Amino acid sequence: MHEHEHDHDEHDNGHGHAHGHAPPHALPQKDHDAGPMSAYEVLEEAVRALLIEKGVMTAGEIAAQVDLMDSRSPALGAKVVARAWVDPAFKRRLVKDTRAALAELGIDIGTLAEFRTVENTPEVHNVIVCTLCSCYPKMLLGIPPAWYKSLAYRSRTVADPRGVLAEFGVALPQGVEVRVHDSTADLRYIVLPMRPKGTRGWSETELAKLLTRDSMIGTAIPAAPVKPAASRKTRAA
Amino acid sequence: MVRPGSAGHGGKAGRQRFAPGDRVRIAARAVVGHCRTPWYLRGKAGVVAAIQGTFRNPELMAYHRPGLPAQALYKVRFRQGDVWERYAGPAGDQLEADIYEHWLEPLK
Repeated sequence: MHEHEHDHDEHDNGHGHAHGHAPPHALPQKDHDAGPMSAYEVLEEAVRALLIEKGVMTAGEIAAQVDLMDSRSPALGAKVVARAWVDPAFKRRLVKDTRAALAELGIDIGTLAEFRTVENTPEVHNVIVCTLCSCYPKMLLGIPPAWYKSLAYRSRTVADPRGVLAEFGVALPQGVEVRVHDSTADLRYIVLPMRPKGTRGWSETELAKLLTRDSMIGTAIPAAPVKPAASRKTRAA
Repeated sequence: MVRPGSAGHGGKAGRQRFAPGDRVRIAARAVVGHCRTPWYLRGKAGVVAAIQGTFRNPELMAYHRPGLPAQALYKVRFRQGDVWERYAGPAGDQLEADIYEHWLEPLK
């Protein structure tokens, strides 16, 4: 962690430059997050050091967990949804027992929380929030976006979901029920969006590309690219 | 890195006080400390939509206690109009939250 403290003169790499004195650029290299630590960063470091010192967990376990989280991203959720779109039997299993269905795809969601898949239909549109903190289906979608954790999203989504969705560009007809899921306890939710029209015969890989993180939170609706002429017509309508 | 104190899973059915379809009210009591029952739902009426299993009580686990006996956890469905007096959307809009059994009161 402290390479920047090394004397550059020790690293004469044989390029033939005669370093009579340290070149002007050989200033101590700063970490890119250099700056005073916040109180929470100090606290995190202190607690982490104590947990390691007391043998509760090892530095290796912490690094492995960080790696695991880094390996999870919306692409994983997209793969699952695309499979559900092309395989109705898998979709039924996913909605019935998400953990088991994910295991079929080799996806381990760990044991810290249970998962539920909520399916959008022509009658119901689902949206996920956690008013208490920021519970999120990390094992399928990775780290949540900052807005998901904001007080505004958390408080407004339960009280005015249609208003929030409209700000995300999702306008739902009055006849479609909006169903908000407040992740208050031990379950994490993922939205299974409806397969977009005009995607008949598409491969799983092509379908997965239509899925965004937001579409699996419920703040977006996936759509197949529309031909320019068709989109003009829609706008005129 | 799952620790023995983390949430239990897949509790067996059979001991639950409520069943899907039961009308319930969320207790309107206040508690000091960690609690997973949101304030905006306290005192509100809803319907049990599903039994989610049994889980250790987070109100105790937060203070290094085992959280036993484990509590049944229910998915409770509310009509938005029952939660917010001035809800602006259609009457069909709903909200669901996961609520532990000791927060539910039977409602006829």
